[in-house]
Amino acid sequence: MSKKDLGLLILILVVGTVVAIINPRFLLPINLANTSNLIGLFGILSIGQAFVIITGGIELSVGSVVALLGTLFIDFIAVRELDWPLAFVLIIALGAIIGLVHGWLITRLKLQPFVVTLCGLLIYRGVARFYTADGTAGFAFGQNFPDLEFLTAGRSWGVPNSFIALIVISIVMWVVLHRSVFGRYLYAIGKNEEAAKYSGIRTGRVVMAAYVICGVLTALSAIYFAMYTRSISPASHGQFYELYAIAAAVLGGFSLRGGEGSLIGVILGTVLLQELQNLVNLLGIPSSLNFAVMGGVILIGVLVDQQWGVFRARRLMVDAARKNVAGAAAE
Amino acid sequence: MAHRLLSGVMNYSETSITASTPFLTLENVRKTYPGVVALDGFSMEVRPGEVIGLVGENGAGKSTLMKILGGVTRPDTGTVTVDGIAHDGLSVEASLGSGIAFVHQELNLFDNLDVAANIFFGREPLRAGALKLVDRARLRTMVAPLLKRVGANFSADTPVAALSLAQQQMVEIAKALSIKARLVILDEPTSSLPLAETDKLLDVIKALKADGISVIFISHRLHEVERVADRVVVLRDGMLAGTLQKSAINHDQMVKLMIGRMLKEREKASEAARAPGAVALAAKAIRTPAYPSRPVDLDVRRGEILGLAGLVGSGRTELARVFFGIDSSLGGALELGGKPLALGSAADAVAHGIFLVPEDRKLTGILLDLSIAQNISLPNLPAHARRSLVSASAETATAEKQKSNLGIRAPSVQTRTGTLSGGNQQKVVLGKWLAMNPKVMILDEPTRGIDIGAKAEIYGLMRALADAGVAVLMISSDMEEVIGVSDRIAVMHEGQISGILDKDQFSQENVLLLAVGKQPK
Repeated sequence: MSKKDLGLLILILVVGTVVAIINPRFLLPINLANTSNLIGLFGILSIGQAFVIITGGIELSVGSVVALLGTLFIDFIAVRELDWPLAFVLIIALGAIIGLVHGWLITRLKLQPFVVTLCGLLIYRGVARFYTADGTAGFAFGQNFPDLEFLTAGRSWGVPNSFIALIVISIVMWVVLHRSVFGRYLYAIGKNEEAAKYSGIRTGRVVMAAYVICGVLTALSAIYFAMYTRSISPASHGQFYELYAIAAAVLGGFSLRGGEGSLIGVILGTVLLQELQNLVNLLGIPSSLNFAVMGGVILIGVLVDQQWGVFRARRLMVDAARKNVAGAAAE
Repeated sequence: MAHRLLSGVMNYSETSITASTPFLTLENVRKTYPGVVALDGFSMEVRPGEVIGLVGENGAGKSTLMKILGGVTRPDTGTVTVDGIAHDGLSVEASLGSGIAFVHQELNLFDNLDVAANIFFGREPLRAGALKLVDRARLRTMVAPLLKRVGANFSADTPVAALSLAQQQMVEIAKALSIKARLVILDEPTSSLPLAETDKLLDVIKALKADGISVIFISHRLHEVERVADRVVVLRDGMLAGTLQKSAINHDQMVKLMIGRMLKEREKASEAARAPGAVALAAKAIRTPAYPSRPVDLDVRRGEILGLAGLVGSGRTELARVFFGIDSSLGGALELGGKPLALGSAADAVAHGIFLVPEDRKLTGILLDLSIAQNISLPNLPAHARRSLVSASAETATAEKQKSNLGIRAPSVQTRTGTLSGGNQQKVVLGKWLAMNPKVMILDEPTRGIDIGAKAEIYGLMRALADAGVAVLMISSDMEEVIGVSDRIAVMHEGQISGILDKDQFSQENVLLLAVGKQPK
């Protein structure tokens, strides 16, 4: 665990302690379970975003993808009555295809990630609304999918299964990002794509794979969100979720220039964001201030981190200068 | 502080005594960067109306000296005295204010504006009135005498884009004159000029001198330095290697001071005549994106170092990019060992054992944020992994081997490459390829910005590679290097191979003639 991650963990614990002291309901099992369920849902989404950000890219369409794929998933199982495992596979495949198309446009046709995914944001939202004719996708009365509901919205030993899913995915993705050849390529490309290319890495394929991973994880979280809300109005479902994911990564120490950040960081970033949401609710802060609180905390966090970096660089320079002076005096 | 006051007083008293006091004096200037001493106790002076030739190999400290004079960086210790006033270091404002002007190798002109607008950019004469319109008539009358002084044969309203390089340099010099420069520093002004244009520029320098303006002329073209300089200052390894007075200036003396002990290394390297090996990499009518209508034919043989010379912009780097699969050729074919070779990316070239040590080390050669070990394993990472998980011990083992093999000076192989000196960074770039069994090794300006000791080691490595049967292609703009290291020299001119010289035809003159498109003697 890096120093940055440790600092974030301490911040999470301090904020948690303060909230628990002011409002003991923070520690009630029901509150912890709800919060950890949300952490699970947003965490899966944020890990996908993190893989794209590490390459120096950005994926702005994930909120709209959550709406579109969630709508389709409910439509598949509730209206078209597909077997849910088949629908599940289809949705994941669609997520992969969306990622593949984005990656292809970015690496082969050299479009900017911001532009490609901004267009995606608009397109998928529009398609989702058109698909339901601006109606709501939901289950009919009495429609039940016990296995699916257990896996997505159920609990094991009191822990939401979505949270357990996040932990499993985190472990796998930690290995991919921090231990695998592919993960090293991702960091190398994020640090300096040209130099990576000149080292013989097929940078286009690697970046495309990052968008596919993001697409798959977004699709997975879309299913979780759908089963959590159980009814989706495509006009608003998943709105701003791309920003939650980006915020979690930035809080977790990712640089939008790429090449920096850790898996633990993005998870802790997600935890802090959900803790802040919870704090707004529990401390009786008007919920209209929700976004303002989040924005404020992220700004302060990034500012402190950046100033700390400047301070350390300056101290290193002063040390070096002192050594130089000492060296010159010795001569 | 006491030191500073003292030297200030000393210089002040000198000013009052002697009439021909130096315009600029540097005393004991020292500047270090992490891992390198760029300037070490360097002193020099420039008198009014004096033309100083400043020579030294790449990495000798010339650019650091320029940065100090331009006020971009401050020396760690030492004093810079301008016009009798001593400074610990100049600021950009102080440098400008005291009349020091630069003409850089890369020109800083707006080629969408005309000559007059460029010369007075930001200082245009304005008409009366609230609108602050540019007084174009007055601008033209102000520019005319300046252009006359530099001997320009073009008018003030010519768009800069329509001028030749030498003419653009005249515009830069006119700009320097317009701010009443007293010292004009020309940094490699002739390196990209055809010979005829060079003469014009040298005439301008003489005209400046006649007006009492001092000139520092930095150049690798020693014959030109010989022609214009009143005094030559030679830098080597950040130190003053020597000063030559007008009567003592000649080519051999300068070279001797510039490269000193290096001369031997090079002679040794080129002693033995070699039997040429089989053709490894062959270009058949390759057309690069930079010169689509100029096909290139070139053979690189096993066991030889083929030098690729030519002026900046002659298409050498572009050719290397095609050989390494970064750019695709617009026509023609490549062959490797007699078999057709199709390259879709650098990854393909690497898979075939064709490696490139690129020109821009920091941008494309290595990843500054990664460690030595991570950089060295990067092109061959799957070989350092088990079931696609990177094995740190395998990485370390490979890196340790290259570190001791190449003599990379660093605390450990886990050190970030960004903290290393240029020479050691270059060795890391070499190390990543040497760890992989090269067939063809392309090196683009392999010793640019590297200190002399590391240079000799890199020459030794290239020779060892050739001896081991690797085909080595070395692109270099350093004439001494091309002649000293190569077994054959191919020269490029405007996108084409203008000639290939064998060992017995090697001479600076022949290379230069081919580089400007003429026939060698």
